[in-house]
Amino acid sequence: MHWDSVHAFFNMGGYAFYVWGSFGLTLLAVVWEVVGLSQRRKQAIRVIKQASLLKQAGVEQTY
Amino acid sequence: MSRINWFKYSSPQTFYPLAGKLVPVFYALAIVLAAVGLYLSFFVAPTDFQQGEAYRIIFVHVPAAWMSMVIYLAMAGWAALGLALNARLSGMMAQALAPTGAMFTFLALVTGSLWGKPMWGAWWVWDARLTSELILLFLYIGFIALQASFDDPRRADRAGALLAIVGAVNVPIIYFSVKWWSTLHQGATISMTAAPKMANTMLTGMLLMSLAFWAYTIAIVLVRVRCIILERERRADWVAELTEGKA
Repeated sequence: MHWDSVHAFFNMGGYAFYVWGSFGLTLLAVVWEVVGLSQRRKQAIRVIKQASLLKQAGVEQTY
Repeated sequence: MSRINWFKYSSPQTFYPLAGKLVPVFYALAIVLAAVGLYLSFFVAPTDFQQGEAYRIIFVHVPAAWMSMVIYLAMAGWAALGLALNARLSGMMAQALAPTGAMFTFLALVTGSLWGKPMWGAWWVWDARLTSELILLFLYIGFIALQASFDDPRRADRAGALLAIVGAVNVPIIYFSVKWWSTLHQGATISMTAAPKMANTMLTGMLLMSLAFWAYTIAIVLVRVRCIILERERRADWVAELTEGKA
C-alpha cells in the first residue's frame, strides 16, 4: 500500500477530478444500464400479461 | 461426452432460459474480477514516474476502448450471420449489443478526455485515434436509429446488418490509427509482437479490469436480448406461458 493517508488516496496526487471523474462516470453508466434494463423487462412482461388477460376476456387485439 | 447441439439454442424459445441461467454467472464473475482489478489499480500498481496518479485512468479507459471495438465486431458478426442464415436470434443479438457498445465508446471518449486534459492540456484534439473512435460512436448511434426506424423487426435487422458490416472497416482503422498517422495518442500498450511497456502489476490490473468488462458485457447483453425476445415474441404462446407464473 503506497498511500500515506486517506486524504492522499482521495486526492490522487492532485488529479482527483480526472481520476474519480473517470471511474465515477463508468460506474454511473453501468448502474444506469442495469436499472434501465430491469425497467424494460418489467414493462415487457406487463405488456404480455395485459395481452393474455385481454385474450382470456375475448377481446381481439389488432396491434 | 455428449455433444451439445448448438442449433438447438438458435431459437429464441430455447435460448431465453439458457441466457437467464448464464446472467447471474457472468454478473458474479464481473463483480469478482472488478473487485480484484480495482484493488490492483488503486493499491498495488505503482505511481507512474511521468504521469503521477493521473495514469490510473488507464484502468477504465483501455478496457472501455477495447470493449467498444470488440462489441462492434461481435455486433457486425451476428448481423452478418443473421443475413446469411436468416436466423431471428442473430438479429436480436446484434440489436442487444449495440447500446452497450455505444456506452463503452462514449466512456472511452469521455475518460480519454479526462485523461487528455491534464496530460496534453486539451479535452479534445482532432487526431486520428480520437476521430476514428468518435466515428465509431456515430456508427453505433446510426445503427440504433436505423433499426428503430423500421416497424418490422426483420427488415430492421437486415438494414441494420448492412450498416454494421460496412462500418466494421472502421475498427482496424481505430486500432492501427496510432501507427498509420502521427498522433498525440500514445501507441498500443499491449502488442502481440513486443514485450508490454508497463509494470507487471499495472498490466495485470488492466487485464483484470478488461475481463471484468467482458463478463459485464456478456451479462448485460444477455439481459437485453431477453427483453428483446419478450418484446418481439410477445404474441407467441410460449411467452404467454412464461409470464403466467409471475405475479
